[in-house]
Amino acid sequence: MTTIGYYPGCSLHGTGRELDMSIRALAEVAGADLKEIEDWNCCGASAAHSLNHDLAVALPYRTLALAEEQGLTEVLAPCAACFSRLKGTAVRLSRSPDLAAKMQGITERPYKGTVRILSIIEFVNRLLKEGLAGKLTAPLGGLKVAPYYGCLLARGKDIVEGDDAEQPTAMEAALAAAGCAVVPWNFAVECCGGGFSMSMTDAVVDLSHAILADAEEAGAQAIVTGCPMCHSNLDMRQQTINAAGLGPHDLPIVYLSEIMGLAAGLEPERLGLNRHFVDAMRVAERSA
Amino acid sequence: MTKTAQSTLAEKVRQATDVDVAECYQCGKCTAGCPMTRYMDLTPSQVMRLVQVGDEAAVRRLLGCRTIWSCAGCLTCTQRCPKDLDPAAVMDVLREMANREGTVPHDLKRVLKFHKAFLKNVEYAGRMSEVPLTSLYKMTSGDFFSDVMLAPAMFLRGKLPLVPRVIPGRKEVRRIFKACRHREDEP
Repeated sequence: MTTIGYYPGCSLHGTGRELDMSIRALAEVAGADLKEIEDWNCCGASAAHSLNHDLAVALPYRTLALAEEQGLTEVLAPCAACFSRLKGTAVRLSRSPDLAAKMQGITERPYKGTVRILSIIEFVNRLLKEGLAGKLTAPLGGLKVAPYYGCLLARGKDIVEGDDAEQPTAMEAALAAAGCAVVPWNFAVECCGGGFSMSMTDAVVDLSHAILADAEEAGAQAIVTGCPMCHSNLDMRQQTINAAGLGPHDLPIVYLSEIMGLAAGLEPERLGLNRHFVDAMRVAERSA
Repeated sequence: MTKTAQSTLAEKVRQATDVDVAECYQCGKCTAGCPMTRYMDLTPSQVMRLVQVGDEAAVRRLLGCRTIWSCAGCLTCTQRCPKDLDPAAVMDVLREMANREGTVPHDLKRVLKFHKAFLKNVEYAGRMSEVPLTSLYKMTSGDFFSDVMLAPAMFLRGKLPLVPRVIPGRKEVRRIFKACRHREDEP
């Protein structure tokens, strides 16, 4: 059994709960052992790099150091923002011994640089290769989906690897294996407004509306995402968008891990599909 | 290669980010791709230009602008820059300076308040929790009523845990905050 370190990040215990549920369920069915980093702390998200550049590195550094100390060489960070902060920090540390020394001083913890951070897409693709592909017994019957990478699963030089930042395709093989039909669309890497959900709601409403509208125009029956911030802006805020007179939209927003879990025949409730704001149980009904 | 003398601001940016703004030739690609320009008073390429200029008027304009607080950190500018510069990181440096100088435009203070509430929560507990974060944000921003209707619906879906998340190593996290805090800075 493969052991992979796990950094759920703060959202996955609250607003992004389905992502945590579906990741854990999927790992179990694929026979991967997820080992949560003990005592992990918040990555700092947008707030830290907005106000204090040392803190923006020191917070992920502590988590990387803990993972190393706990013997983890690979760590899954399903939240796109956590992934970007953790891996971005690991990349910067590997390039700058000065920064590494400074962070060791600030955190009073050593870190040799042995931890590799995995995104949700890398994790799913890895599970597929290691046996999950043979367990997808309940394919989704050609459900038309728009794969949505947003910002941080597409951009960040040396953070997102092996894909095209403008036209990424990393999710497509997994979605096809799950029996989905990927629709071509224009907003796969556009920003939803991210962390401005509360502090600049108008911007989030505008940007997220444009994303939903384009997916609908492309004929998608669901948007597939890997980011809890994108999810809450597109799912939880869909009613705010409709109330603003835009739309009206009625488009389920599902996590990549939920789709894979459904295709593996897992109960939709176990994946958290019943917890969405926009009904996502209709996606589960497509599963054969 | 001989370089033109840099403004003090450009030098500060270079030290913090390794970005040499002198290399920006104002192609405007960052501006063209930015999803937030409609909320900005300076475009991202104008920000880069003003950092190059870096005189007193330019610094005042930059530290009081709306743009740095409206940047969503989506990295489109950084990804597309043909000179491999990093406008998003430049925005980070300017935002940090503007916070320290207290030059945030009045109606964008809520963005700053949100960041501060977030960090306060993490400094105290080691992790962010929705209830302390939103309560603190609402108290400090005066934005009491937005989204209150979302709370019951979130709660019903198990997305609003009422017990805040607190980690054993929170004292260590607090010490890290303290070590990172600039002397004249808060929070």
